[in-house]
Amino acid sequence: MDIVETQSYTFCEPPNELQLKSGVRLGPITLAYETYGKLNGDKSNAILVFHSLTGDAHAAFYHKGEDKPGWWDPMIGHGKGFDTDKYFVICSNVIGGCKGSTGPASINPKTGKPFGLSFPFVTIEDMVAAQRYLIDHLGIKKLLCVSGGSMGGLQALIWATQYPEYVHSVIAIATNTRHTAQQIALHEVARQAIMGDPDWQGGDYYGKSIPARGLALARMIGHITYMSDKSMDEKFGRKLISKERLGYDFSHDFEVENYLKYRSGNFVQRFDANSYLYISKTLDYFDLSANGKLTDVFAKTKAHFLVISFTSDWLYPSYQSKEMVRALKANDLDVSDIEINSSYGHDAFLVEVEGQSKLISHFLARMQKGFNIN
Amino acid sequence: MTEEIRFDHQIILQWVEERSRVLDLGCGDGTLLKLLIEHKSCHGTGVEIDEKAIYTCMEKGLTVSHVDIDTGLADYSNKRFDYVILNESLQEVINPQRVILEALRVGKKVIVGIPNFCHVRARLQIFFKGRVPLTKELPYQWYDTPNLRFLSLKDFRYFCKANTIKILQEVGTAGNKRVAFRPNLFANTGMYLLEK
Repeated sequence: MDIVETQSYTFCEPPNELQLKSGVRLGPITLAYETYGKLNGDKSNAILVFHSLTGDAHAAFYHKGEDKPGWWDPMIGHGKGFDTDKYFVICSNVIGGCKGSTGPASINPKTGKPFGLSFPFVTIEDMVAAQRYLIDHLGIKKLLCVSGGSMGGLQALIWATQYPEYVHSVIAIATNTRHTAQQIALHEVARQAIMGDPDWQGGDYYGKSIPARGLALARMIGHITYMSDKSMDEKFGRKLISKERLGYDFSHDFEVENYLKYRSGNFVQRFDANSYLYISKTLDYFDLSANGKLTDVFAKTKAHFLVISFTSDWLYPSYQSKEMVRALKANDLDVSDIEINSSYGHDAFLVEVEGQSKLISHFLARMQKGFNIN
Repeated sequence: MTEEIRFDHQIILQWVEERSRVLDLGCGDGTLLKLLIEHKSCHGTGVEIDEKAIYTCMEKGLTVSHVDIDTGLADYSNKRFDYVILNESLQEVINPQRVILEALRVGKKVIVGIPNFCHVRARLQIFFKGRVPLTKELPYQWYDTPNLRFLSLKDFRYFCKANTIKILQEVGTAGNKRVAFRPNLFANTGMYLLEK
């Protein structure tokens, strides 16, 4: 059993704060990260992976004493898609989060109190700018690959477009180049659920009771969007919870109701409501083509791409990945893409392990062959 | 080594110049692309609609795009490729005219391989049996065929003329042989090297 510990790196100490896209300066900044496998002598086998909205740096292996591995453990490890016998895999957390990196729950050094809503707005560009400090700190000049699903894919795209000299290849999974009205709308409902909870108290709830009901509701909405009609029907159908017949009241009848309650109950124990607000807004601000045509955005990158999408994903639908692929092709870039037939909805990027592992390992093998660190 | 290479692939290998940029439309499991990379040091990209074939192509270390030939060409810039290959795939596309013209836009030269639906055996079946041909080379029943277009070598020549496409080479094949004598009658497939 491979054991891993979350590490952290602090940088941008005042007066050298990070200038965020909004113009506000943030520092010091701490980023939580984990690494798997060994960095080779010429530091040419580093892969940076990113997590999604509510993920964390614990992507693989086990924390000491825990019986559940990291969130992408089926994909990262010995002989797996991201083979840690060959590659040095880094998973970095994001600023704005609540899993060991600087975010709204962190103590504001100026006041000695948690930031709460005084935490500045961060964008995906800002998250990536912070990660660049980490990669520099690790002494890595060029990453063999950057990869992530969902929000992780957005970070990978920002890496490739903002820091092209750092990125040899990109694996973008179940992601897009701009958040659409539907995605923004779904996030807004989640945010309203949190902000509508009286315990939220304008974001100043630290040390008091947390807005658990609002955050749980936000998570329930999220969970629905991560599945598909078919996967929910296969998993729950109309099955009742240990009942022979309907109760004709508002207690829970159906298994799907129980599932949402259980999953969201777990979630509020591990995630900060303000981080949910910040990061969901970060996602909504994401638009690679905000300043022009999407094809122009990829003009500077020379990276090789593998773009993966899933047929039943309605949160990040395949057509969005295909738009991205078209823009990449228009730039004469080397791009492979696949729409995997899956009924798991957006969750497919976490659970469709077999096909993705093959695609990723073969893609990485080709990338390593053509990789020149200089 | 050479004897293992399919005859149509051998012809294509002869036509394609070293270090060319090649787009294979309907690349299947990527056999031809792999050959072009190994024997001719080409830069190859495949286009394929079958999901399973994508995995096989990736395993071979190829660049491959999971997209329909009918729509998948629009993204590429003009003359991006030295060769665009449509081997055994043209008869399966919805709009072959648009696909060929698009292929000639994105490629300097286009290679097309088509099954000959007017081979003598097919003609005899239609004439004597009064039935749509079913041969070793045309094995599909009318209700269960991927082919949307039925043409002969002659039809293809007329098509090229009408669309001012230059035929640089034409080779009729039957099994592992070239058919020089009356290919429209005796060739199972026609291989073309085109330019516009």
